[in-house]
Amino acid sequence: MSDVKKLAEKLMALDDQMVACMKCGMCQAVCPVFAETMQEADVTRGKIALLEKLAHEMIKDADQVNEKLNRCLLCGSCEANCPSGVKIMDIFIKARVIVTEYKGLSATKKLIFKGLLTRPKLFNLLTDVSAKFQGPFASVADKSAGTASCAMLNPLLGERHFMPLTKKPFRKDYPSLDSPRGISGLKVAFFPGCVVDKMFPHVGHAAIKVLEHHGVGIFLPKGQACCGIPTLASGDQDSFIVLMKQNIKAFEDGNFDYLVTPCATCTATIKETWIKMIEDEDPIFIEKVSDLADKTMDITQFLIDVVGISVPAKSKEGGKVVTYHDPCHLAKSLGVTAQPRALLKKNDKYEFKEMNEANRCCGCGGSFNLYHYDLSKSIGERKADNVRAVGAEVVTTSCPACMMQLGDMLSQSGGGIEVQHVLEIYADSIEK
Amino acid sequence: MGAEKLIKDFEAIVGSGGVLSSESDRHAYSYDSAVLDPALPAFVVKPNNTEQLGPITKLCNQHGLPLTVRGAGTNLSGGTIPHPGGIVVLTNGLNKIIEINEEDLYAVVEPGVVTAQFAAEVAKRGLFYPPDPGSQAVSTLGGNVAENAGGLRGLKYGVTKDYVMGMDFFDVNGDLIKSGSRTVKCVTGYNLAGLMVASEGTLGVFSNIIFKLVPPPKAQKAMMAVFDNIDKASETVAAIIANHIVPCTLELLDHVTIKYVEAFTKAGLPTEAQAILLIEVDGHPAEVADDAQKIVDICNKIGATSVKAAETAEEREALWFARRNALPALARARPTTVLEDATVPRSQIPAMIRGLNKIADKYKLSIGTFGHAGDGNLHPTILCDNRDKQEFHRVEEAVNEIFDVALSLKGTLSGEHGIGMAKSKWMIKETNQATLDYSLRMKKAIDPKGILNPGKIIEAS
Ligand SMILES: Cc1cc2nc3c(=O)[nH]c(=O)nc-3n(C[C@H](O)[C@H](O)[C@H](O)COP(=O)(O)OP(=O)(O)OC[C@H]3O[C@@H](n4cnc5c(N)ncnc54)[C@H](O)[C@@H]3O)c2cc1C
Ligand code: SF4
Ligand code: SF4
Ligand code: SF4
Repeated sequence: MSDVKKLAEKLMALDDQMVACMKCGMCQAVCPVFAETMQEADVTRGKIALLEKLAHEMIKDADQVNEKLNRCLLCGSCEANCPSGVKIMDIFIKARVIVTEYKGLSATKKLIFKGLLTRPKLFNLLTDVSAKFQGPFASVADKSAGTASCAMLNPLLGERHFMPLTKKPFRKDYPSLDSPRGISGLKVAFFPGCVVDKMFPHVGHAAIKVLEHHGVGIFLPKGQACCGIPTLASGDQDSFIVLMKQNIKAFEDGNFDYLVTPCATCTATIKETWIKMIEDEDPIFIEKVSDLADKTMDITQFLIDVVGISVPAKSKEGGKVVTYHDPCHLAKSLGVTAQPRALLKKNDKYEFKEMNEANRCCGCGGSFNLYHYDLSKSIGERKADNVRAVGAEVVTTSCPACMMQLGDMLSQSGGGIEVQHVLEIYADSIEK
Repeated sequence: MGAEKLIKDFEAIVGSGGVLSSESDRHAYSYDSAVLDPALPAFVVKPNNTEQLGPITKLCNQHGLPLTVRGAGTNLSGGTIPHPGGIVVLTNGLNKIIEINEEDLYAVVEPGVVTAQFAAEVAKRGLFYPPDPGSQAVSTLGGNVAENAGGLRGLKYGVTKDYVMGMDFFDVNGDLIKSGSRTVKCVTGYNLAGLMVASEGTLGVFSNIIFKLVPPPKAQKAMMAVFDNIDKASETVAAIIANHIVPCTLELLDHVTIKYVEAFTKAGLPTEAQAILLIEVDGHPAEVADDAQKIVDICNKIGATSVKAAETAEEREALWFARRNALPALARARPTTVLEDATVPRSQIPAMIRGLNKIADKYKLSIGTFGHAGDGNLHPTILCDNRDKQEFHRVEEAVNEIFDVALSLKGTLSGEHGIGMAKSKWMIKETNQATLDYSLRMKKAIDPKGILNPGKIIEAS
């Protein structure tokens, strides 16, 4: 049997989910990639049609389909708006896994995922070393956004204004924690995520400050790994499961009510994606994953819905203008939109103003940004325009990946606008 | 001539990025929203400006190459399924609004402008473009004209054709043909722009279109009337019209539809109801209040179990959101959704609904019916799985019978979705041989080589 035939057979497993797409075309209205290219193969309907045809062996060139499939941010905008309820993200992620099994992982990805990401100790060491060496070569691009640019890294990063790796990652200050329940009577496990650890440790510090202020006990175990979404989005299910197992093990012995994260992407991955990828695992493990998923919550949602922070109906007028970008993984996958905005209104020094298209994807999409930088940039520029149009001095969000993208876009288009996590603004309103 | 030479010729017109010819791109333009088999084009051409449409058409004609224009590809009758080996011309990049004239109440647009974006721009200037097909968030104005798309407001405001004042289009020689004008009245020659309406890409390639605009109504009121019996709902529709009230919208949703729409939209629809009518009146505030009261009285008299008016803008929006999603929400029930478009004189709606229920029983099919009850345009929607050969055969039989019933009630095959490939073979049933011959002679004269969207409307294969 030819390989393509095998590939087709595997894809047929998705057929029942794919036929649900009635080709109504309504996804054209919301897909950010389609808005840039206006090509049918770049919109959900087109990608599903191509996968169907590959499954039914009507298309021979699997590489082409794979290429189109990867021109997708996995932002979930289409799924949130699909009136036929097609489980688009499941289809796309599973299809990426199937196609990657058939094609094999590229050498670079193999090195990064299997050699590095799944070995957190080595990964940490390497990023620490790089952080030390990037200093002399990178120059500050925009102070407000906190970005840098680096001529030496241009071949890899292009003209990006990237967020430099921090000299002192979050885990150096907080290698582990296990504090008792305070006045709230609650205890959470804290999952900072890689980007907070390595680029935005101050977001992690803000989270700790806020949790302590509200008397919430914190369990922060050693041995946390990446949530795995970069590996899965690249079709590497094996590494994804390795990472999931490391995390399950790390949190296994904690006694906590919720697991909170300051990263929209991590929250959505732990809460929704982990459980979908482990059909073949043993039932005890599945139960552990599902228990943790039930407990997982975005930290702003936890603060408002569980801790019960009361918020004013309106933000005070006349302060520094702050606006909010809805991360796709929070707004579209989990439906969390009110809570981060509520927290922003707590800080008297700021006036909250809603920007246009706040819930439109910023265009980052993880590795999409690496492989399709031009597309990612034009999507991001629309976001930057919206931030400027509302007159914001600070743009906030609740996803560190979005912070990276916002920083790059704003700094390239002139700078002068701060990029912060919602928690930082809220933490700033709390007296020590 | 080899495909490569041809591609070069087209690239000379639209630039090298403007021709898509990879296997996957060809497959991506092989289908539309109709439940029909796809067909592969030879390649796809994407012009950057409307002038390029002329040379593209001319080149196709020179080579006898079938040409199918595609807007958003949301038509439900196979109008954009290409002729195998022909080319697809994309208009979605031709999306400039050229002029919105607030003094003389018209607008000039390129054919690829998205309907809802146009309506929003017009609204920003304090004016109103009423046609609102359910697909308006993505459909193009060129596609709307080519299908003569209708919408929820058809009853009072009419359909797309009622707003086309003029149009430039290209003939098969690539020459620009002009028809109509920016004036309200114009009888300069044949109404060629009118001929283009509902032509589904078979008579010319539209360039700029002139649309009429109207002042927006000053007030509106939306209501929902709930019925425990669908006959009562249909009688209410007939009674409202018979009382000379013309709501802007008068929509019917049957039990099956209500159930699925509510599951998706959570708009607060009564899932136990057998039918609901969504009614909106608009116009001068005093008239609106008066009409609304009369409608409430009629609903109660005929036996609605409840009549509720939307008090806030959000409540009103929720009702229409629910209605707009009727079709796609039904699509959640089963893998395949066959949406029909049978239309009858509105007094015949009760008879049509009875007919549909009989057909559903006879062929053991689940049919959800909703639609523009006010203008007799119903959308019986058959929920099925076209991979199940036996079931799909029953669907085909049922569709045949739906048309028979509609025609026997002096109705029509299609109220708004067009004939395309889907209904071509039934044309003869509604018209006659002479009508088809007349149309074919006209087509032959305009398009001797038959390159413009062959196989559609009158050319049943
Ligand atoms: C969810 C959903 C809801 C819908 N609701 C409605 C509704 O309420 N009312 C309604 O009437 N229809 C409705 N439709 C059908 C469809 O949306 C309409 O027919 C619409 O007008 C098609 O527009 P389009 O841009 O997608 O055209 P396409 O599907 O791309 O094309 C339609 C036809 O127009 C021709 N065409 C397009 N542009 C040109 C041009 N520039 N020159 C010459 N020919 C051209 C094409 O060749 C084709 O024959 C619905 C469809 C869906 C999927
Ligand atoms: S909106 Fe959903 S059903 Fe419609 S074409 Fe897109 S994916 Fe398919
Ligand atoms: S996930 Fe986002 S980018 Fe991908 S197809 Fe859907 S809307 Fe487009
Ligand atoms: S970084 Fe945030 S907004 Fe950007 S793609 Fe990811 S989730 Fe969407």
